[in-house]
Amino acid sequence: MSEPERTRPEDLRGWRVLADMLRPRSTPGQWVGALLCVVLGFAVVAQVRSTDRDSTFATARQDELVGILSDLGQRSERLRGDLRELERTREELVRDGEGAAAVEEARRRATVYGLLAGTLPAEGPGVELVAADPAGRLRAVHLLDALEELRDAGAEVVQIGDVRAGVGTHFVDAAGGIAADGRLLSAPYRFLAIGDPHTLTTALNIPGGVVRTLQGSGATVALSQRAKVTVRAVRSG
Amino acid sequence: MIVLLGLLAGIALGLLLDPAVPLWLQPYLPIAIVAALDAVFGGVRARLEGVFDEKVFVVSFLSNAVIAALIVFLGDQLGVGSQLSTGVVVVLGIRIFSNAAAIRRRVFGA
Repeated sequence: MSEPERTRPEDLRGWRVLADMLRPRSTPGQWVGALLCVVLGFAVVAQVRSTDRDSTFATARQDELVGILSDLGQRSERLRGDLRELERTREELVRDGEGAAAVEEARRRATVYGLLAGTLPAEGPGVELVAADPAGRLRAVHLLDALEELRDAGAEVVQIGDVRAGVGTHFVDAAGGIAADGRLLSAPYRFLAIGDPHTLTTALNIPGGVVRTLQGSGATVALSQRAKVTVRAVRSG
Repeated sequence: MIVLLGLLAGIALGLLLDPAVPLWLQPYLPIAIVAALDAVFGGVRARLEGVFDEKVFVVSFLSNAVIAALIVFLGDQLGVGSQLSTGVVVVLGIRIFSNAAAIRRRVFGA
């Protein structure tokens, strides 16, 4: 058995002691230490490798994992919702793709949008409103009110004079009348509106409503329900 | 010298075998490694100061690693595993730094 590793005190300085430490010796203690260091190096490498492999979860603790899991659950739920929606859309498209149903549907929609946009002539039940203006006191704002009221009451197609009302219709006071979309209208102003006649009449006739306001401005108003109103004026584009 | 070679041999062995850490060991291995590193630094320091003792080194190496792992295990059972392992790492880190400082003073005299 070798004697204990004791370095002489004068050697305990600087690099010499380091060199002394690195000098190969073969004592049982050295071998045990070497063995432990083999284990340590092995463990370090194993741990580093496994951390590289799976850095997110290997070191995560239970509560962190629970948080991650619930996040994932929420996300997958959201994605599943998206999936359902997309599948429904796809099914609809597949159904539409079979035969002429899709074309019919598209035509129907084109007609509806054309009527709403004012690019197609229209015909149907509705009302006719004629506002005569003997005093010349009707202004653009009155016509705008009337148009808005008709729209609110559910009029789908409206014609003022020979102007088809659209989303961009505007009224401007002008000499000798009122300009609608740049076209001069003169009294009497005639509204043709297609929609439920009863509802339209009620809406226009309410106290303080359009008819009263027009009358208050000195106009004479004639409102009549029609089983068939024909709107021929169209807007271009 | 042999110890240093052992460390290198262990690293080489790990690189060659590419071991997978078993699941039950995964929470405790990092802490045990830090504890063992603390023991290694303590051993180097003792060696430089001329008071190195193999028996002390071996026992401190093993007991450090086991106790560190045990503390983390206990923390996991108590539901404070992450906090406790942080605490263990901090304490061991402080010890490693103080050992490294002592080694530095020995080697560089500063």
